[in-house]
Amino acid sequence: MTVANPLPNIQPLKPLSLDELEAPPLTLSKMAWLKFRRHKMALVGVGILVLMILYCTLGGLVFSEKFANYNDTGIALQPPSSVHPFGTDVIGRDILARTIYGGQISLLIGLIAVMLETTLGIIIGAVSGYFGGLVDSLLMRFTEAILIVPQIFLLLVMAKFFAGNIPNLTILGREFSGSVVVIIAIIGLTSWPYLARIVRAEFLTLKESEFVLAARATGSSTFDIIFRHILPNSIAPIVVSATLGVANAITLEAYISFLGLGVRPPTATWGNMLEGAYNYIDKAYWLWLFPGLLILLIVLSINFVGDGLRDALDPRSRTI
Amino acid sequence: MTDLQPLVIVNNLVKHFPVMRGILIQRQVGTVRAVDGISFFIAPSETLGLVGESGCGKTTAGRTLLGLYPPTDGQITIDGHNLRKAHGPTMMAIRRKAQIIFQDPYASLNPRWTISAIIGEPLRVHHLISSEAERTDRVRELLRLVGLSPSHLNRFPHEFSGGQRQRIGVARALASDPKFIVCDEPISALDVSIQAQVVNLLEDLQDRLGLTYLFIAHDLSMVRHICDRVAVMYLGVIVELAARDELYEHPLHPYTKALLSAVPIPDPKKDRARRRTILAGDVPSPLNPPPGCRFHPRCPIAVEKCHQDVPEWREVISGHWVACHLV
Amino acid sequence: MTILLEVKNLITRFHTPEGTVFAVNGVSFSLEEGGTLAVVGESGCGKSVTMMSLLRLIPIPPGEIVSGIVNYHGQDLLKLSENSMQSDIRGKEIAMVFQDPMTSLNPVLTIGRQLTEPLRVHLNYQPDQARKRAVDLLELVGIPDPSKRLGDYPHQFSGGMRQRVMIAMALACNPTMLIADEPTTALDVTIQAQIIELVKELRDKIGLSIIWITHDLGVVAGLAEHVIVMYAGYIVEEADVDTLYENPRHPYTLALMAALPHAERRRESRLKSIPGAPPNLLVEPSGCPFASRCEYVVEKCRLENPPLKALGNEHSMACWLDVKMGELQ
Repeated sequence: MTVANPLPNIQPLKPLSLDELEAPPLTLSKMAWLKFRRHKMALVGVGILVLMILYCTLGGLVFSEKFANYNDTGIALQPPSSVHPFGTDVIGRDILARTIYGGQISLLIGLIAVMLETTLGIIIGAVSGYFGGLVDSLLMRFTEAILIVPQIFLLLVMAKFFAGNIPNLTILGREFSGSVVVIIAIIGLTSWPYLARIVRAEFLTLKESEFVLAARATGSSTFDIIFRHILPNSIAPIVVSATLGVANAITLEAYISFLGLGVRPPTATWGNMLEGAYNYIDKAYWLWLFPGLLILLIVLSINFVGDGLRDALDPRSRTI
Repeated sequence: MTDLQPLVIVNNLVKHFPVMRGILIQRQVGTVRAVDGISFFIAPSETLGLVGESGCGKTTAGRTLLGLYPPTDGQITIDGHNLRKAHGPTMMAIRRKAQIIFQDPYASLNPRWTISAIIGEPLRVHHLISSEAERTDRVRELLRLVGLSPSHLNRFPHEFSGGQRQRIGVARALASDPKFIVCDEPISALDVSIQAQVVNLLEDLQDRLGLTYLFIAHDLSMVRHICDRVAVMYLGVIVELAARDELYEHPLHPYTKALLSAVPIPDPKKDRARRRTILAGDVPSPLNPPPGCRFHPRCPIAVEKCHQDVPEWREVISGHWVACHLV
Repeated sequence: MTILLEVKNLITRFHTPEGTVFAVNGVSFSLEEGGTLAVVGESGCGKSVTMMSLLRLIPIPPGEIVSGIVNYHGQDLLKLSENSMQSDIRGKEIAMVFQDPMTSLNPVLTIGRQLTEPLRVHLNYQPDQARKRAVDLLELVGIPDPSKRLGDYPHQFSGGMRQRVMIAMALACNPTMLIADEPTTALDVTIQAQIIELVKELRDKIGLSIIWITHDLGVVAGLAEHVIVMYAGYIVEEADVDTLYENPRHPYTLALMAALPHAERRRESRLKSIPGAPPNLLVEPSGCPFASRCEYVVEKCRLENPPLKALGNEHSMACWLDVKMGELQ
């Protein structure tokens, strides 16, 4: 090959020394961390999130799920005490243990629903943005059609329609209400349009960028261009949207569970623990205070983290 | 130049971009005539300059020539392959032999890839390497070739200055061992002191590797320095094409003359002494180019005929082509 | 000739999270009434920051004008109150035109509105008076059919026309001095030639004093009377235009000239390039800033920064060596 054997009579160009580099050698992740670190609230958010995850996982080691679902109407509606720190609910279950297991389910719903949402959003947005033309027109009109129908309405109808048709499941030795799967599916299936539009917009800009043109000129395959060039460069809005999506999914679950159409007992979630609590708003504050507080904390901290990530991953904000 | 078969032949190349409107069913409401029938050839190891002002279609021409935009009409032959009929392995062969260097050194490198991955991409795509170690070796070699330290292998583009990034772009273009490179304004985004570095690098590489360039630029002084022949483009068509010195010393087309006289001369006495032809007005929109000769609304010597008839593309002296009624 | 503007030892820094940027490191120059001064340098050499500093347009913080005197008509602009700066100096005495005519105009307001508003606010013009003045201004900068075009929006103008509008806006309040910050860099050569001709005309017609910032030595040659070459926040050479082009003395100026290709000259074997890249402004300068790229560098250059030295005939430069004479000064 010609390049491999440069002609001897031409002296090689003098290499530039390291100190002539314009910017300090920082990897992209280091730069993102430096920028993220500036957001005090985002750091607090990360802290709260870690504590919550520890609460839900380590708590499971202290109390068994059986204990969380054990009811004894004899001790119903007891206020917080040393035996039941968060009190007991209407049929005498320990609220502390239930917030622990409910938290697991709520987080699970949030994470899996977001995975589903993100996958759908990326595929639809990417295909639409990259290929354009008629495919784009059809997909985007479909996306808009989904956006027009209010999500809550769609959720309620689908929850009503599918609930009860799915039997209980046993995963890893634990029994889950089949409604968990239904809730995950419907949250995932109704939340993707926003992300799809974001991804489409990113793809539309990036597919015309010079580094993508360079890849095409090299002969890179469409698959490579989409998944190795464009997608990694649109990761910032996707990550931010997915982060906020977790909070959104947890809130949605709480919402439909509160209305009694969500996850069915005995499986606890923070949402269905609120179901019926409104009857006791003034009489038994502990029924709604603890699950409500946990939902508030997790949603707030996720939003703070999302804001931090938005800034940290934005290549346009260059200052460290 | 040489009597060899030209490496690149472009015949009546047309690239129109449709302007679409509509929500579900789109219909065409106009056509941007970015490139409207240009023809030229480039001999092996030759540098052809393609100059013109922004919006004249020179960048589109360069990209269409490599098949990055599908041509609307015309023939393109690169190294004996007909680009418009090429697909599959033939297309890959052309992609390997014909490369491009872009104007903006910040936009043309994937910000999330290391230098090694960027320069190694053509090697991977064309299966020119069999192992990771071989790729690293080749990338080091390419970095050395363009005057960068091989130790920069695992760095990211944002760690380099504009001039260094442009060198990385050159290294990527060279990776697949091409014969032909389209240089799309490779220096106009760089500082003056860095421009010379990149131009010298391109010239060195040409001497060393026998490369053929299409050098797209708006800077006439640099074009004169680097090119063998120069084509002047205006609003989608080539108005004049000649050997470098012929074009600069005896420009025939009034647009070429005006363009040359607009170039500032870095010598105060000469600049004061010369008589300038200042063109009035701006370049019209390629959405609706003027009839007849496209230059007539700005032409200082236009006559009635120029308003109606498209001037013929003819060879006035051997090797000196021009499209003007009044030459 | 009277001195209109005199800048003495201007130092400007920016305090960023990455460290202090030493943008302007003691710059002194003056401009005569009706004179044309060109400031030449590459991106990041401090030429724009100098001009922004003297108009006090840099954001503080992160910016800081550490020291300096900007004498304009006998008053120090750096000591003036922000109020009088805004009402008496900016736009009224010293106007500025920027590089990018696309972003300097408000896209949702008509050209007429943008031209007449400052007239009505600053000079208390009546609407019809302001409109008449706006038409005159557009005519002055060579926009055809000005009264009709007042109702147009910026996007209806081409790049060159927008730059003309920007110049018209700068001239609205009859300034004494115009600072043009690379006004033709974003434009094509034929349009650049139009704008340069226009500025020359205005200078002769209304006696405007001009500071023209550019990186292009070619543009300077035909326009300026006096030239300042800047590098890394320092003035490295200063002379009248003929002297500078005929007899450049600083190695950086020499290198810049050698790196230029000439459209009217045949191809030389190779362009002379300047190795390396401009210095990192985050490092406190010590020694000559050009030392790492200079081909004549000697030991002293790395230790001590040479002061600007007069060579006579209003020509001065900052170098320990006299490269033309081949001796250490």
